[in-house]
Amino acid sequence: MLLKNKQNALGDALLAAGLDALPVAGRSPWRDARERFFRNKAAVVSLVLLLLITLACVFGPMLLPHSFDDTDWDAMALAPTWQNMHLFGTDELGRDLLVRTLIGGRISLMVGLLATIASVAIGIAWGATAGFIGGRVDTLMMRLVDMMYAVPYLLIAILMVTLLGREFYLVVLTITVFSWMDMARVVRGQTLAIKSKEYIEAAHAIGVSTPAIIFRHIVPNLLGIVVIYTTVTVPGVILTESVLSFLGLGVQEPMTSWGVLIEEGTGVMETTPWMLLFPGALLSLTLYCANYIGDGMRDALDPKDR
Amino acid sequence: MWSYVFRRVLMTIPTILVVITVCYLMLHLTPGGPFDTERKVSEAVMANLQAKYHLDLPLWQQYLYYLKGLLQGDLGASFRYADWSVNELVAKALPVSLTIGGVSLLISVVIGVLLGTVAALRQNSAIDYLVMLIGNLGSAFPSFVIGPVLILVFALWLSWLPSGGWQDFELRYMVLPMALLTFINVSTIGRVMRGSLIEVMSSNFIRTARAKGLPTRTIVLRHAFKPALMPVVSVLGPLAISSITAAVVTESVFSLPGIGKLIVNGASNRDYTLVLGLVVLITVLAVLLNLLVDLAYALLDPKIRY
Repeated sequence: MLLKNKQNALGDALLAAGLDALPVAGRSPWRDARERFFRNKAAVVSLVLLLLITLACVFGPMLLPHSFDDTDWDAMALAPTWQNMHLFGTDELGRDLLVRTLIGGRISLMVGLLATIASVAIGIAWGATAGFIGGRVDTLMMRLVDMMYAVPYLLIAILMVTLLGREFYLVVLTITVFSWMDMARVVRGQTLAIKSKEYIEAAHAIGVSTPAIIFRHIVPNLLGIVVIYTTVTVPGVILTESVLSFLGLGVQEPMTSWGVLIEEGTGVMETTPWMLLFPGALLSLTLYCANYIGDGMRDALDPKDR
Repeated sequence: MWSYVFRRVLMTIPTILVVITVCYLMLHLTPGGPFDTERKVSEAVMANLQAKYHLDLPLWQQYLYYLKGLLQGDLGASFRYADWSVNELVAKALPVSLTIGGVSLLISVVIGVLLGTVAALRQNSAIDYLVMLIGNLGSAFPSFVIGPVLILVFALWLSWLPSGGWQDFELRYMVLPMALLTFINVSTIGRVMRGSLIEVMSSNFIRTARAKGLPTRTIVLRHAFKPALMPVVSVLGPLAISSITAAVVTESVFSLPGIGKLIVNGASNRDYTLVLGLVVLITVLAVLLNLLVDLAYALLDPKIRY
């Protein structure tokens, strides 16, 4: 009795001091992760840069006075100049390189986005299925993933593009086919690990329904790793698209992408090096930023990994 | 141990078969025969051509013929380069690719391990920053950006080396391509070696060795070096595969008459048999390389028991 009174007195004192909220307020792991991410300067700077590049690619061509396939006979192979807003110069057909680079960026980023979404979806479905079902199905499904890893994917991608064609969506499809395995592996591993965790058992024991377990306890734990590997997938996918385009097996003229522009620039770099340097720099910057964001995500969402 | 080797060797067969089958089917399910685009030929000639390449048979028989040819080491005839079999084209191109790729891989293992070791032992020294810089550059700048920049600087501006091309294994023509491949590989190997040696150096048995009063040189060479090399060995498999990708790009950038150039030319000429043959050949090579790496790993790592 005395003890209880004492406790109450302590509680009142705390309340009076306005400290009541302190021990009670929950901190979600997502908030923690967000704070960790925003403390990482390299990742934040990369995120801002990547956003700027994306915005420039989406809206830049609308704001600039040139069109990506307009040829200007009076301004062929022009060096970068303020005049007439040819900030990146022009190519040998007199097309404005800034607009072409931005349009190329649209294609590269678009392919990156679509192929990432597709391969993430396939990877999650594949990995989660294998992990949940387990047994023979699991072995078989994962054996296929092992196989895909052993294959020199670029060559098969070249074969596919040769056979199927070079439409935009076929390029996306080809890249997707060889980009989902990392995600499948990771999701399977995580699903297996989570399935046997004590807190899942505990949730079962106190009578939480299966959907609630999946959505409240399994998915959030899967989500962290999915977000990490999604950000890791993006630069890889953009790189593959650029390689294909560089080899002349990506989207076709007059459409363009960073890989195509770099290839064009390589051919004429002796006389007009800016045609190589601008698209090359922009692609590299994008990949660099995407890599750093991936690192930042990993540090933020997987604190054990550090 | 031997049962593991046996199982691992057996696993390569389905991988190779699946790749061959999928590629073959893709090739034959695309509409249009190999002679459709040629100028009109008479019915009799067409029939003869079809019979010569077994195109008049049902698909599964054609497939068996192709497999039989493969088993005898015959990749078929090229549809575009008249009078050339795929084997002859490969025989001309493979030595070029193997020299460039093999030598640069060897060089990069030596340089990468050396740099990684020094970086791990002298953290925050100039060499450490160099390794991290190379690692960063290698992961962000794609080979088809670095390559042209190398040409721009060393061939066009400084004119020390030829900008590309090939002449009978003359060293001048090999320096830049090998430098590019070495740079890319060193960026991976150096980073992996650095990370793994740092981890090994902080483990208990190294502390014990220090406590015994062993000099650092003995600790590193005797105790730390071998376990630290394991991740490097395991990364060699993926590295060999990505070297193939890099080789395709490198040969395009420097216009070397290697396998990569052959496959890209084949793809743009729609030379189906050539592309298929090269894909099959390189897949077999890649799968065998992976097998070797896995077996080496099993042999070297006493912690793995089978």
